[in-house]
Amino acid sequence: MTSLLPIDTLLIAACAWLAIGLLGLVAPRNTRFISKTLFPLGAMIGALVGSVALGSLGGPAQTAVLAIGLPDLPFHLRLDNLSAVFAMLLGFVSVGISVFAAGYFRKGEGTAPGLLCLEYHVFLASMLMVLLADDAYAFMVAWETMALSSFFLVTTDHRHEEIRRAGFLYLLIAHVGAIAILLCFGVMTGGAGDYSFAGMRAQQLSPFWASAAYLLALAGFGAKAGLVPLHVWLPEAHPAAPSPVSAMMSGVMLKTAIYGLLRVSFDLLHTTLWWWGVVALVVGLVTALFGVLYSTVQNDMKRLLAYSSIENIGLIAVGIGLTLIFHAYRMEALAALAMTAVLYHCLAHSAFKSLLFLCTGSVLHATRERSLGKLGGLIHRMPWVAWLALAGVIASAGLPPLSGFVSEWLLLQSFLFSPGLPHPWLNMVVPVAAALVVFVAALAGFAMVKFYGIIFLGQMREPGLKDAHDAGPWEKFGLVWLTLITLLLGILPSTVILRIDAATRQLLGTGLADKLHEHGWWMLAPISPERASYEPVIFLVTIAATLLLGRWLVRRLYHGRVRRTSAWDCGYYFQGPRAQDTAEGFSQPIRRIFEPMFRMERHFPTARDAAPYYSVKVEDHFWYWLYLPVARAAGWVSTLVVTLQGGRIAVYLMYSFITLLVLLLVARP
Amino acid sequence: MISISGLLGQAFAILLALVLAPLLSGWVGQCRAWLQNRTAPPLLLPYYQLQKLFHKDVVLAHGASSLFRAAPFVVFGCMVLACAIIPSLSTDLPLAPAADAIALVGVFGLARVFISLAAMDVGTSFGSLGGRREMLIGFLAEPALLMVIFTLAMIAQSTSVATIVETLAHRELVIYPSLAFAGVAFTFVSFAENARVPVDNPATHLELTMIHEAMILEYSGRYLALLEWAASLKLYAYSCLGLALFFPWGIAPGDDLLALVAAIPLLVLKLAIGGALLAGIETINAKVRIFRAPEFLGTAFMLAVLGLLVRLLLESKV
Repeated sequence: MTSLLPIDTLLIAACAWLAIGLLGLVAPRNTRFISKTLFPLGAMIGALVGSVALGSLGGPAQTAVLAIGLPDLPFHLRLDNLSAVFAMLLGFVSVGISVFAAGYFRKGEGTAPGLLCLEYHVFLASMLMVLLADDAYAFMVAWETMALSSFFLVTTDHRHEEIRRAGFLYLLIAHVGAIAILLCFGVMTGGAGDYSFAGMRAQQLSPFWASAAYLLALAGFGAKAGLVPLHVWLPEAHPAAPSPVSAMMSGVMLKTAIYGLLRVSFDLLHTTLWWWGVVALVVGLVTALFGVLYSTVQNDMKRLLAYSSIENIGLIAVGIGLTLIFHAYRMEALAALAMTAVLYHCLAHSAFKSLLFLCTGSVLHATRERSLGKLGGLIHRMPWVAWLALAGVIASAGLPPLSGFVSEWLLLQSFLFSPGLPHPWLNMVVPVAAALVVFVAALAGFAMVKFYGIIFLGQMREPGLKDAHDAGPWEKFGLVWLTLITLLLGILPSTVILRIDAATRQLLGTGLADKLHEHGWWMLAPISPERASYEPVIFLVTIAATLLLGRWLVRRLYHGRVRRTSAWDCGYYFQGPRAQDTAEGFSQPIRRIFEPMFRMERHFPTARDAAPYYSVKVEDHFWYWLYLPVARAAGWVSTLVVTLQGGRIAVYLMYSFITLLVLLLVARP
Repeated sequence: MISISGLLGQAFAILLALVLAPLLSGWVGQCRAWLQNRTAPPLLLPYYQLQKLFHKDVVLAHGASSLFRAAPFVVFGCMVLACAIIPSLSTDLPLAPAADAIALVGVFGLARVFISLAAMDVGTSFGSLGGRREMLIGFLAEPALLMVIFTLAMIAQSTSVATIVETLAHRELVIYPSLAFAGVAFTFVSFAENARVPVDNPATHLELTMIHEAMILEYSGRYLALLEWAASLKLYAYSCLGLALFFPWGIAPGDDLLALVAAIPLLVLKLAIGGALLAGIETINAKVRIFRAPEFLGTAFMLAVLGLLVRLLLESKV
């Protein structure tokens, strides 16, 4: 009996997800059956996908051909190391989200649970198929299934108009992106008509066509990932979707776009030009800066996280740009360093951002409130969620010893090598770009302190928050699972990099494994320990030891007495919850310093107002610079068409008559 | 690789930091008083204060959560780690590989996030004001600090603080113009990060101008003691880092016991001069408005970038 190949197992897992989804339709109103049986089953499949993909890392690529698809183009599938890294991410992160979802979806909220279960599991299966697809047709089918299923998930609560609107915007931009991807695949076939990825690899494109394919891929996958200026759907769709769906979209779906970009630019295209990297670097920096600045001024917790996702995707794009630049100059060892940073940030972001989105889900359930201005003090009522969210917040702020710092550290290390580039001005400009990366990371810290401090700390801003309850057991399990991933990624970077190194090696021909093998599992020294090293375990142990020793010594030498009284606050007496910073107040310095970056409508109270109020509305410049002009142009074109299409048969007959005449004139033999 | 003498040296460096840090704060306070024609407080005042605060009961606000109580220990731990990896006496530090210069910036960042969160925890107006301002200073200062580190890392071809210091201490006498830019930028950043005068005033209790003091208003007893100690450790860490990077002479290479012993009085002397200079600069400057702080730190950032460009343009062959 032959043993099951990993790719077969993954295909079975995708079918199992589909089957679970269909089972949901058997009893679409039976919430208990669906949430307590089907979603945990889906989580188990996720664990299977994750571990199979993890096990297959480092092995040879496996292919399979399915007998479905076009008559002359059946579905080609392939599991190589790059797909395996992202399949691992999908599997392990989906475990946490699915278990959380088991406790999250309740009766009578929007779409019937059975339908939701179907959409959710089709979404999971289609993402897996995107990662496995080895021809353009299978890829596009999976890609579109992914877009459609996530569209239906976003519009779960379709009774609200703004949610329908957000879903429509998402669908629109997803399709603009899909067209670009389709064209990109068309360019890459080189006119040979072979749509399998193997055929595309065999093509030798001229630099012009290769550049066209790369730019189309950047636009197409960038639309899905949220690169500026195609980012506008993220802050609309994430707040609209239920929290597990936001977590899945932000944590995993955005990474499939990164996967696609890596697949096209490093695997399918052979030529790499240095300016491709510069384009990705600049777009990435703009995206990261834009995302983080807007995330600091948001007043809706899920919008804040959505903008923070834009920022992280920007950082990933910066890493891809740096990899491309190094790769174009055949500096493969340095390219491998930057590529590792990219892959690591994908893993880290998917875990901590899913965690944070799920935490907002718990807060939303407990308080029915999404606006930061009406939350506060929840650490007293929801200690589990609050402490687990703290891990996500620290990772998201890019601080040691958690996961976000590792990838940032690797990225900065690779920036330090950019003065060695054999190019007259790149070697000057690129190192300075590192300062912007640090600036983004530091601002992310600001946004995260705002997010955490306003939701969980301080006094409760509304009396109703007293009744908030902590997350249930299923939700807790999901949160703990993702926190554990964040922690592991943070303190065991060497171990993780040794596993994902196979993907780097596949794309660039070299990796970091040889260097890392020379040192212990606790040390991350990608070049040499003299050059740079980071030991998160020692780091954590030192801080923890000081903490515990300090606490013990203080209690031993002195005492541990505590007295409770009301807050001091310089003797100010009226310390209601209104005296604290609001979400708007907290970000006031940012709005003031970066005023030109925002489009603001402000109303200030004056001394003579009968009912004084303050309001500030921050909007995206891109709406007014790009989207509204495009929408207006589309409207203008349609009015032209309306004048042509009057609806009278006689006019249409005249059109036919004129067309005929013109054709007769033109098409004379 | 890790020797007994290295471990002993590491433990000694940490102990020395814990002992010297309050003394440095006391010395700066004394110099400030002299320069401002006041009667100086005793040099050991910070120790008396720590002793007093540790003895006192902790008075906690009703709304304080467990995070509020954990934060002083975390901040203190971060500062101890920072002092452990900055070579003050010797470059042979077993803990040094745990964090390079970039991770060192991360340690300070972690402490900053915790103290800001703790400031927001009780939910008073001054607490959240302080937390917001601290994060503002943080995101302006961090890029400048990192550019300084980049410049030095490019000179030494390493981001490990110990390797940078060793390279700089044992180079032949070449003048690096980039180091001058980096040094000035570093000074600016350390003033901002340590809540010193142009940006913040450690002695103020004028409510509207506070940053650091506003954050620790609700703390008392042992928690306040730890935070005060951590603040002086931070000043000590920044001073030692500046001294090690820009005046590295006298720091013992490896496990040379004699050089280590000789390094102690030299370090004390350097810190005393540095502290006096700090007090002097604080005295002749006025505190700027909070919205001038971006200009101050923007200057630091531009200087640091200039240092980096000078390094790349002029010195890349050196």
